[in-house]
Amino acid sequence: MQFVHSEEQQLIRDSARELLAAHATPAQVRATLQQPLGYDPELWRQMSSELGWVGLALPTSCGGAGLGWVELCLLQEELGRRLVASPFFGTAALAAPLVQALASEAQQRVLLSRIASGKVRIACVLGGADGRPPPEGVSVELRAGRGGARLQGVGDFVIHGDAADLLLVLTRAPAGLRVAVIAATAAGVRVQPRVMLDLTRPMARVEFTDVAVTAEELLGGEGAEQGIEQGLQRARIALAAEALGGAERLLQMTTDYVRERVQFGRPIGSFQAVKHRLADMMVQVEAAKSAAWYAACVADECPAQLAEAAAIAKSTCCDAFFDCAANAIQLHGGIGFTWEHEAHLYFKRARASAVLLGSPAWQRERLTRLIGGGAAATPLF
Amino acid sequence: MKLGFTDAEERFRGEAAAWLDAQLSGPFRDIRGVSSLAGMLERRQAWERALGAARWSCIGWPQEYGGRNATLAQQVIFAEEYARSGAPGRIGHLGVELAGPTLLAFGSAEQQRRFLPPIARGEEFWCQGYSEPNAGSDLANVRTRAVLTDAPGGREWVVNGQKTWTSLAQFADWIFAVCRTEEGSHGHHGLSYLLIPMRQPGVTVRPIRQMTGEAEFNEVFFVDARTAAANIVGAAGEGWRVAMGTLAFERGVSTLAQQMNFRNELDAILQAARSNGTLSDPDIRQRLAHAYAGLKLMRYSALRMLASAEAGRLSNEAYTYKIFWASWRKKLGVLALDVLGPKGEIAAAAPYEWQLLPQLFLGSRADTIYGGTNQIQRNIIAERALGLPREPRG
Repeated sequence: MQFVHSEEQQLIRDSARELLAAHATPAQVRATLQQPLGYDPELWRQMSSELGWVGLALPTSCGGAGLGWVELCLLQEELGRRLVASPFFGTAALAAPLVQALASEAQQRVLLSRIASGKVRIACVLGGADGRPPPEGVSVELRAGRGGARLQGVGDFVIHGDAADLLLVLTRAPAGLRVAVIAATAAGVRVQPRVMLDLTRPMARVEFTDVAVTAEELLGGEGAEQGIEQGLQRARIALAAEALGGAERLLQMTTDYVRERVQFGRPIGSFQAVKHRLADMMVQVEAAKSAAWYAACVADECPAQLAEAAAIAKSTCCDAFFDCAANAIQLHGGIGFTWEHEAHLYFKRARASAVLLGSPAWQRERLTRLIGGGAAATPLF
Repeated sequence: MKLGFTDAEERFRGEAAAWLDAQLSGPFRDIRGVSSLAGMLERRQAWERALGAARWSCIGWPQEYGGRNATLAQQVIFAEEYARSGAPGRIGHLGVELAGPTLLAFGSAEQQRRFLPPIARGEEFWCQGYSEPNAGSDLANVRTRAVLTDAPGGREWVVNGQKTWTSLAQFADWIFAVCRTEEGSHGHHGLSYLLIPMRQPGVTVRPIRQMTGEAEFNEVFFVDARTAAANIVGAAGEGWRVAMGTLAFERGVSTLAQQMNFRNELDAILQAARSNGTLSDPDIRQRLAHAYAGLKLMRYSALRMLASAEAGRLSNEAYTYKIFWASWRKKLGVLALDVLGPKGEIAAAAPYEWQLLPQLFLGSRADTIYGGTNQIQRNIIAERALGLPREPRG
């Protein structure tokens, strides 16, 4: 039992922090918003191909680094701290665990090697316009058609949907849920980028009209639901880590500001009305750290606790992120409400992250079912 | 990062669990699950002696003082097994968790030899003398005075003043108290940390009745109370530093045991919600999940705190731990009564006795006050952990 990051893990965090401090400054992040791709291709090249971040948690047999979710989540935390827009989350934190949980060995060799190479960007189509999280929200149908299976339907809220090489699509088949991985350029796929509240995580609507799917492109057979659930839990934990990074940055930013801003002849950070709010932010940030770090460990070590740890991490970290963003705007005063200040970028990311993959309230409802909705409570110790 | 335990640690767990189960289904069957502060006093003192005799009382302490030199992992395991077995709340905890660790950190070799073994054997019990009527949140405003005086048997401290909110004072053998030993000094200067025997004519204990109806706290009056000149921890005038050190020990392994009581309270609420149908209320469902998540977060945070402490650091989560659990439990108390409905307002017995959950509702109002109010906690977090400018203090 050693619930602290090892020296190697801290090294990974530090080097990520350093890289992003140099290449994802607030000005650069803002400039990225104007990019047609919605992310900085040079930074993505460094992260994916040069530094091997995308393959960090993938097996060495596929060209990955063979590390775990704890390490991947450290990267997520640093990316969240800087609000970096990139295909990293969709590819490494969402698609990869789904492929690992569902694909056959042969499929894994091909797909995971491509992911680990850093040369492929994957966008995941999880649900439709009603925005419900999977499995309820799965909106694309998989039907038997002329000469093979066909995809039909509309997916929405697809992260970086317009800058993907592959689409990973959760589909509803007559026998249950299945996953298809197809080329984004396949005939019958139409991608429409949307203007979203969160400017740093572009999303698109993706329409599938009679799109052909080969057997090799289909992952998961009987009981795919369980694998999908497992992959999504890992993604939720990675998203929680990202939210934690954002919350930490907001606490730091706001602390710095109230130390410098002088009113009534004193730094406003000396007033209890202000400092107590910051203290509350820190209480939330520390709880979020415990939640995210513990859940990442669980993803590597104890699959039996995965559902519970993911629900706790996702709800705790997203609530902390949103509350910290709201407090950051309030404590920065008028300047915090301007377009020029970065507080709103965090506030918007916080809101979008909260609803992604199931809102905090949705996570808590799941938790209630886990602990007491009829079943015996899980042991605490 | 690693959550699991080694084989050797799991064997240690087996040994601890076997001993606890044998005791609690055998000679100490009658006090299994008793968690009140001072209920069934004599039986629980006997339990402290049984723990001591088998060297399970203070396992982290050096062997020579009655401990086992246990590693942090072993201490965590023992705390878990202790809670799981339903062993009663530790009536000796002020000695075991506060006085003892303070002496280990700041005491002289002679003081360690004199005081630690009787604590570990469950033979001497302690209470804490910090707060005074005019020294609550402003703890440094201590007025209790101690003067070094010549006496027939050697020099002695003569103590005059009053302490308050003193838990377990009614049966304690010793009190560790912060006293002003420098005439005319102010604030945290001129204070000393004294060890004073409770059973002497100069010490009077008077219970304070609380809003729960019980009297768990006491006032302690010193009128020319005496203690030997050697019974000072650290040098004269260094009392503040030692007292603050003691407070840091409140964030130790014992927090894991405290969480088990919280778990029992949450379980009782879940049980009530299941049987009276409120479990189907969406608002109650959200709050139950919130409470459960909070409890888990406390456990994760405690594990982080312990790991950092072992590495010799006081990490940030340690600053936030107290306000987190206290605020959590106060909310839990309100949830409890919302689940019970009007029935929760009917007393269990006259004159004013309560079942577990209404007791939680009432008792938890103190959690955000004692041991540093939430407001003081926020000042500490903001000023020490975040480095914001200090509040002006007189």
